[in-house]
Amino acid sequence: MTTSQHEISAEMQAIEADARALVAEGNAPELHPRRDYPPYRSSILRHPTHELVRADPEEIERHSPAFGHSDVSPLESDLTIQHNGEPLGERMTVSGRVLDGEGRPVRHQLVEVWQANAGGRYVHKRDQHPAPLDPNFTGVGRVITGDNGEYSFTTIKPGPYPWRNHLNAWRPAHIHFSLFGTAFTQRLITQMYFPGDPLFALDPIYQSITDPAARARLIGVYDHDLSVPEFSLGYRWDIVLTGPKSTWMESEEAHD
Amino acid sequence: MTEPSAAPEARYVQTPAQTVGPFYGFALPYDGGAELVPGHHPRAIRLHGTVFDGAGDPVPDAILEIWQADETGALPDERGSLARDGFGFTGFGRAAVDLGGHYTFTTVEPGPVAGGAPYVLVAVFARGLIHHLFTRAYFPGNAERNAADAVLTAVPAARRQTLVCVPEGTGPTGAASYRFDIHLQGENETVFLDFDA
Ligand SMILES: [Fe+2]
Repeated sequence: MTTSQHEISAEMQAIEADARALVAEGNAPELHPRRDYPPYRSSILRHPTHELVRADPEEIERHSPAFGHSDVSPLESDLTIQHNGEPLGERMTVSGRVLDGEGRPVRHQLVEVWQANAGGRYVHKRDQHPAPLDPNFTGVGRVITGDNGEYSFTTIKPGPYPWRNHLNAWRPAHIHFSLFGTAFTQRLITQMYFPGDPLFALDPIYQSITDPAARARLIGVYDHDLSVPEFSLGYRWDIVLTGPKSTWMESEEAHD
Repeated sequence: MTEPSAAPEARYVQTPAQTVGPFYGFALPYDGGAELVPGHHPRAIRLHGTVFDGAGDPVPDAILEIWQADETGALPDERGSLARDGFGFTGFGRAAVDLGGHYTFTTVEPGPVAGGAPYVLVAVFARGLIHHLFTRAYFPGNAERNAADAVLTAVPAARRQTLVCVPEGTGPTGAASYRFDIHLQGENETVFLDFDA
């Protein structure tokens, strides 16, 4: 028996109601998704059941591997020039800054992205979505952040795609991001979404973040000033890498 | 220079994580990612293991990263983890598991940093794992330092061995082999860490 969207949505709403009640009792909103989030079926056997053990970061955890221009060519930030022709789809740029919890730029660090093509198909042999591959689009980019933590990718807007979590399950359009901070504890893999996607409320991966304000942090902002006439649409998305310390900041703010 | 789009008090709040998903295979792994040193390095070790789920089945779509000090306990600051030159030691490695959930790194045993118990920091990403996990792989030959380690001593004795590699002698190339299996859930669930910043 395949689960319906209706059943998955009911499970998600119940969990969000619980999370809302916890906040109403004075708990800080949850900044990260829950690892134990049964509406995302694959999480059921893949989350730890023991509490994580709190540890003081030692030197190795307080530092991060160094990447540089010997590792990444400047051309790798343009996902539209990796083949002979132009890829299909809406050409766009995604730009922003990588910051730490104090607002300091994360300089000269590695940002990696990967995504589906405009039809919602990945260049991956296990992707069985019957949408066409685009011979002019691979969907992988890398960049090293600048002196102000800034990054920019040129790409095309990815399409939404179906998956098998439940019957008629579709992922909202997204770009996968991988980020390194100044400490390895700030390591982050996440996804950037697009404003107004009608699939948000239906998607268990997005909804595994139970706090609406936290979910909104994953949505790129359309910024007309970043659009290039006759060429591309611009989105801005800033990323903050902190770790547990920001949990405390957040909980102080919650009591303001 | 950049106008914040959110309210100022919300400006520097952590961006949430999301799962690495199933389709990172064409993006994250790279040539040489799992070889922090070449296999012929005189003190190369094999650090390998299998990632298991709560049913005891191997997880075929996990990807691991390690980050560690060098043999002397010095923290690497060399660039070149993505484009290795075969000589420097950058301390960073990345390995996707195979269809049997198995990963292998070629590295060196780290030395003690500031006199502490040496370990390799491990980050685990997988489809179905919504937010990555950190653990540490300690080495069994450092009994005295391990006995004084804050994390090992904080963990109940019954779970402590999940943080220590199992020595397997030396392989055909003469490299010492250590097994570090990772159980995301279940009876032998690995101890995962949450760091106070
Ligand atoms: Fe995806």
